[in-house]
Amino acid sequence: MIEKALLKERFVKWVLIAFALSSLLFLFLIFIFILAEGLPLFLKVGVGNIIGGFKWAPTRGSFGIFPMIVSSFLVTIGALAIGAPMGLSCAIYLSEYSGKKTQMLLKPALELLAGIPSVVYGFLGVIYIVPLVRNYLGGSGFSLLSTSIILGVMILPTIISISFDALISVPKTYREGSFAMGATKWQTIYKVILPSAKSGILASFILGMGRAIGETMAVIMIAGNALKIPGSILDPLRTLTGNIALELSYASGDHRLGLFSTGVVLMVIIMILNYIANFGIKRKIAK
Amino acid sequence: MNTKIAIDRLRLSFGKNQILKNITINVYKNTITGFMGPSGSGKSTIISVINRMIDFEDNVEIHGKVSIDGINILDESCSPVILRRRVGTVFAVPIPLPRSIFENIAYGPRLQGISGRTELHRIVEGSLKKAYLWDEVKDRLSTSALKLSGGQQQRLCLARTLALKPEIILLDEPCSGLDPISTAKIEDALNQLKSEYTIVLVSNNTKQIARITDFAAFFYMGTLIEYNTTDKVFTTPMEKQTEDYIQGKFG
Amino acid sequence: MRRINPRFIDKIVQIVFNMQAFFTVSILIVIVAIIFIKGFPYVNPEFIFASPEDMGRHGGIFPSIAGTIQLALLSILFATPLGVGTAIFLTEYTRESTFTKLIRFGVESLAGIPSILYGLFGFIFFVIKLKMGWSLLAGVLTITIMILPTIIRTSEEAIRSVPRQLRIVSYSLSATKWETIKKVVLPAAAPGILTGIMLSIGRAVGETAAVIFTMGSSLRLPLSIMDSGRTMAVHFYILAREGISMEKAYGTALVLVLSILSINVLAYYVMHRAISKYS
Ligand SMILES: Nc1ncnc2c1ncn2[C@@H]1O[C@H](COP(=O)(O)OP(=O)(O)OP(=O)(O)O)[C@@H](O)[C@H]1O
Ligand SMILES: [Mg+2]
Repeated sequence: MIEKALLKERFVKWVLIAFALSSLLFLFLIFIFILAEGLPLFLKVGVGNIIGGFKWAPTRGSFGIFPMIVSSFLVTIGALAIGAPMGLSCAIYLSEYSGKKTQMLLKPALELLAGIPSVVYGFLGVIYIVPLVRNYLGGSGFSLLSTSIILGVMILPTIISISFDALISVPKTYREGSFAMGATKWQTIYKVILPSAKSGILASFILGMGRAIGETMAVIMIAGNALKIPGSILDPLRTLTGNIALELSYASGDHRLGLFSTGVVLMVIIMILNYIANFGIKRKIAK
Repeated sequence: MNTKIAIDRLRLSFGKNQILKNITINVYKNTITGFMGPSGSGKSTIISVINRMIDFEDNVEIHGKVSIDGINILDESCSPVILRRRVGTVFAVPIPLPRSIFENIAYGPRLQGISGRTELHRIVEGSLKKAYLWDEVKDRLSTSALKLSGGQQQRLCLARTLALKPEIILLDEPCSGLDPISTAKIEDALNQLKSEYTIVLVSNNTKQIARITDFAAFFYMGTLIEYNTTDKVFTTPMEKQTEDYIQGKFG
Repeated sequence: MRRINPRFIDKIVQIVFNMQAFFTVSILIVIVAIIFIKGFPYVNPEFIFASPEDMGRHGGIFPSIAGTIQLALLSILFATPLGVGTAIFLTEYTRESTFTKLIRFGVESLAGIPSILYGLFGFIFFVIKLKMGWSLLAGVLTITIMILPTIIRTSEEAIRSVPRQLRIVSYSLSATKWETIKKVVLPAAAPGILTGIMLSIGRAVGETAAVIFTMGSSLRLPLSIMDSGRTMAVHFYILAREGISMEKAYGTALVLVLSILSINVLAYYVMHRAISKYS
């Protein structure tokens, strides 16, 4: 009986190690297979011609995705321009102004926004935001602006949740010290709380950017997917993610490899963003 | 008298701090042996060596021997899991598992492969009776153990340990959080139990040590200062430190 | 120039923050309200239990509901043991070391990968290289990997919050590590783990990009794991994007959003109850 238990003990340990390693294995597989499909084209066509190229005509040998890289960044910055102030002020409201009850109710409710599928955001964008932009500002409505608005709302839960955690973890004594010196609430928030929660807030922005740049389905529904760098916020555009999703189901040969090359570029950007965000969060904890 | 636990030149350190300094002491079979000493003198640490719960601490270094029935339990070949069936422990703070009274006590027996309902029932009843708790809980064995009072919880923990059918019971300040009536009940139980078990009782309450132990050991700063029959320790202590401690002149 | 009274600024700022929060909450309410109001008229028993006809222009969405349930449950079936096992390993079987750091890095990285890259990977690896074709199986395996980090993180948190003393008691009663985990740690951590599982189900149900390129978009009910099928999210996407039927799109959106919201609300409820039980 006891021998059996001890034997089981060792068996379980090995199984658990194998389970734990599976995450690494999956990560490895994802890397390897996307790289294996995506890299050959870089060698064949040239890194510069892909990353720096302006023309995407994959069936005719042009694999330039520069406009898409730019567009991905544009929608991300646009999303941040809308989502960051809204999300941060919401987080400040929750951590500093709302009562405990409101906080307990509102925070999970806002996090529920994250559960709404991106296709639904995209759909609502097409039905409500696109016509609004078209009618009041001009253009087709399928545009950088519409996309930024929808993505801005989509990254709200990330920004609110992580900034809130950063704000709430500022020690109470900081607040009390500031109040004791006669500072008003806003002065305390502005001069004491925000600076000490800075790196956490920054991390929330970067993770929000990560979410925006990786977002796909909503974007292809609203962005218009035009193959050039948008000249204004009312112009349509195509992102890296959109490029993959739009063409993957029918692409073959070099065309398909081109989509994987797009994936490689996306992966590198995401990795850099994650690295920066983790770095920021680690520094916060270290403090 | 037969030696049950023989501790031989036990030295232990946490990192750089030496906590136990060359402790040698024999605990005899079917007696209650009291360990006393000021806070930080290493009583709990000795207990955790005897039941090998020390294994869960980091940075521990142990030298010396601790033998039970002549076999060194610090040996690599001694399985702590098997050891803990023979050495039951009751901690200072009663911690019931978040399940029913019955299941708390059946926890150990079930691990030993006992699953028959009647047999488990017999063990549970027997253990609760020995811990003087049966009458208070016999009608609500299936209610959560967390609903018991502190004193009842501590007796539950004692019963849970008894259900392991151990040879040795270690109690680390089992009454420190209890009222006098609950304390008396535990003491009564221990008095009854010593005919079957070897009991080590750690206590900061010298009166309690005097009341119920057969042997008493006084520790100070990781050293065994004095060890003798309880009578002798309390009537004619050999060391000045022991005397001061017993008279409450310490710290 | 007269200095503005800081108390006055304070009041203004407070009002601004209140309005801002109100505005954000309104967005949430408006989104949910639109889906409910617009979708409600089209959702009826026939819509739920009938098969689509004419590409979804008529009929119901039953196969996509079934496909969604199949995908979510099978993914959970794979991801839960893997994820909970990893969490147990990280919390109970090791000290922090280079090895655990490496595994944590793997988990964090997986969590950061956008779903379209999961789609890309699942497509090339499961669909093409392993020759599964567009199939429920390829979808399930892809989603399993995608939701794994969520399950690991929530389980780890739940396991860590189980009081150490409970473990100590179990060990002192001669339990082995695994017995302690099975009988004490996991039951105590169950609500937290369940929360993670439900959030993951929500994620699987709402996912489109990773599903459409692995499970495909066949309108038929998948009868074996090698069949292609479509989830509600994919069905909704196709209805909306190809403009097949606004009515059906709204109806599908309602069923989709309602499922996810109720799963998530339930998840919070379970977690909340567990937290208030411990404190
Ligand atoms: N895990 C640990 N790591 C480092 N030092 C420890 C650890 N556990 C105990 N110690 C130290 O060992 C010494 C003895 O502790 P121990 O708990 O054995 O004392 P004690 O006699 O039981 O005291 P008390 O009457 O307060 O329970 C103390 O100085 C304590 O700080
Ligand atoms: Mg102690």
